[in-house]
Amino acid sequence: MAEQYKSAVDLEKAPVIEPGHTFGTVTEKISAIVLTRPASNGWFIGFGICFMLTMMMLFAIGYLFLKGIGIWGVTIPIGWGFAIVNFVWWIGIGHAGTLISAILLLLRQSWRNSINRFAEAMTLFAVAAAGIFPAIHVGRPWLAYWLFPYPNTMRVWPQFRSPLMWDVFAVSTYATISALFWFTGLIPDFATLRDRTENRALKIVYGMLSMGWRGSARHWHRYETMYLLLAGLATPLVLSVHTVVSFDFAVGIVPGWHTTIFPPYFVAGAIYSGFAMVLMLAIPIRKIYGLEDFITERHLQNSAKVMLATGLIVAYGYGVEAFMSWYGGDRYDMFTVWNRLHGPYAVPYWMLLICNIFIPQVLWIRKLRTNPIALFFISGVILVGMWLERFVIVVMSLHRDFLTSSWGMYYPTRWDWMTYIGTIGMFLMLMFLFLRLLPAISIFEMRTLLPEAEVKE
Amino acid sequence: MAKRDPIYGIMAEFDSAQALVDAARKTHEAGYKKIDAYSPFPIEGLAEEIGFHHDEVPLVVLIGGIIGGCTGYLMQYWMSAVDYPLNIGGKPPHSWPAFIVITFEMTILFAGISAVFGMLALNGLPMPYHPVFNVPRFSSASKDRFFLIVFSSDKKYDSASTRSFLEGLAPRSISEVPS
Repeated sequence: MAEQYKSAVDLEKAPVIEPGHTFGTVTEKISAIVLTRPASNGWFIGFGICFMLTMMMLFAIGYLFLKGIGIWGVTIPIGWGFAIVNFVWWIGIGHAGTLISAILLLLRQSWRNSINRFAEAMTLFAVAAAGIFPAIHVGRPWLAYWLFPYPNTMRVWPQFRSPLMWDVFAVSTYATISALFWFTGLIPDFATLRDRTENRALKIVYGMLSMGWRGSARHWHRYETMYLLLAGLATPLVLSVHTVVSFDFAVGIVPGWHTTIFPPYFVAGAIYSGFAMVLMLAIPIRKIYGLEDFITERHLQNSAKVMLATGLIVAYGYGVEAFMSWYGGDRYDMFTVWNRLHGPYAVPYWMLLICNIFIPQVLWIRKLRTNPIALFFISGVILVGMWLERFVIVVMSLHRDFLTSSWGMYYPTRWDWMTYIGTIGMFLMLMFLFLRLLPAISIFEMRTLLPEAEVKE
Repeated sequence: MAKRDPIYGIMAEFDSAQALVDAARKTHEAGYKKIDAYSPFPIEGLAEEIGFHHDEVPLVVLIGGIIGGCTGYLMQYWMSAVDYPLNIGGKPPHSWPAFIVITFEMTILFAGISAVFGMLALNGLPMPYHPVFNVPRFSSASKDRFFLIVFSSDKKYDSASTRSFLEGLAPRSISEVPS
């Protein structure tokens, strides 16, 4: 018993960086992935597959523009099919990146320093993947810019009382702030790459990107202030984004959507799926690029704990949804719950419960929380579960609402699948490029974690 | 145009963050005011040691946020209640609760953009060329070395005495920075 307790304590205090590293070795190890290490065959194969999937997505979208959204499975009453399911799923995944980089910074969780960079990249690429869907599902995507308030000859303005407009502002602000956060975090590391590279052309490129950063104490001071303020701004922003996404549903009167639990439950679900994606990316990356010294067991353990906690919030959300529909006594709400459990889409709903609630409970076992292979698979299960959750919310609520005469079924077509799988390919393709072109771990923030960085007054 | 001093300053190189902070404090206490310190990562308190006390970034962000919030709200008010009042579900044209979300998002957007561009502008960046880059060893300032510079524009600057003062701080090396 005592021994077991001791090992638990050791793990809590496990170092964020394995001992023996100096400023020089941290710098060399991370920048070498970008500067000197040749791209392996595995990289080319992975990149190639993802590139082809991206092309498949572009093909599917091209055909969509040619034929219209009739090629998808959407029909009345299910006007929001895969496009909105995938949009919500991708936006949610992006949330973990901002959570890691902003909220954990404010909470002084310094272990985040080794995973924040690629988590932010993940946010950016996930938001890019998400942004495709609302734009292409509007029917006439070439007019999607009508969503923005710009002076026009029609002399009309957007309808600001609609949650869909709120969503436009929330998501575009989120994309902008995430990009700024990511880029400013990279500036000092661009300076490092500029000074390390031997290649003249790369020196110029990284020099321009670094904006001539020279590490002056005055600059660092303003930089740190800026970074902290940006984190403080991004924190309410990230919570607002999925809240606003949930308003798209909750403000409507469709049974299964019209509920006040949606905002917190959407945010928790977003973080849940986002951390699952972080782990699915971090586990192979640390193995392949030998970064186990920087992304340690402690990071896996902490991420698993976040998943466990947010997963329980999501489970609570499911429970409250069912309870409120019974307690509220509205027959349509009660029918929605019955329909989920016994209706034509019962299989996805039961799979959702298994993937999101039952299987992740194994994370209570400490051995599994530190086992990369187990975590990788559990994360995959959670990602599937969270996708099913959005499917359940979007499709199952719409397909049987108030009037039996307007009931219907939704079956995704091959074009739905091609677009969805294509965005996964695009997301991974961008991650492959990111790993080779930019430092995947924040070098300057890793330096601050070393014991030598401490200064006494 | 006044003739430029061919020397931009004298630069001392240190091994550790602690050495740099101590040296910066001593240099500032010795009466040198136009100095700067360079490090591969932010060091808490270093900016104060070289006499930097006024960080304007928070003010810039505050102003940006206020402008953003006002823009967001007034834009919605003017568009929905003045220029194009449209009856939607019987809601009043000026339905302020519905305007809060976009007001909030615009506040964050403007404040965030002000933070980043304000920081860059106050730091005088982008500046691809700077005299300190003329020192070959300075490339380690982005890796594992710490530098302190006394600018030749400082009142107390004198090439011989400043150099010997910096040597007294036990640096790893000393170099003149051509401008």
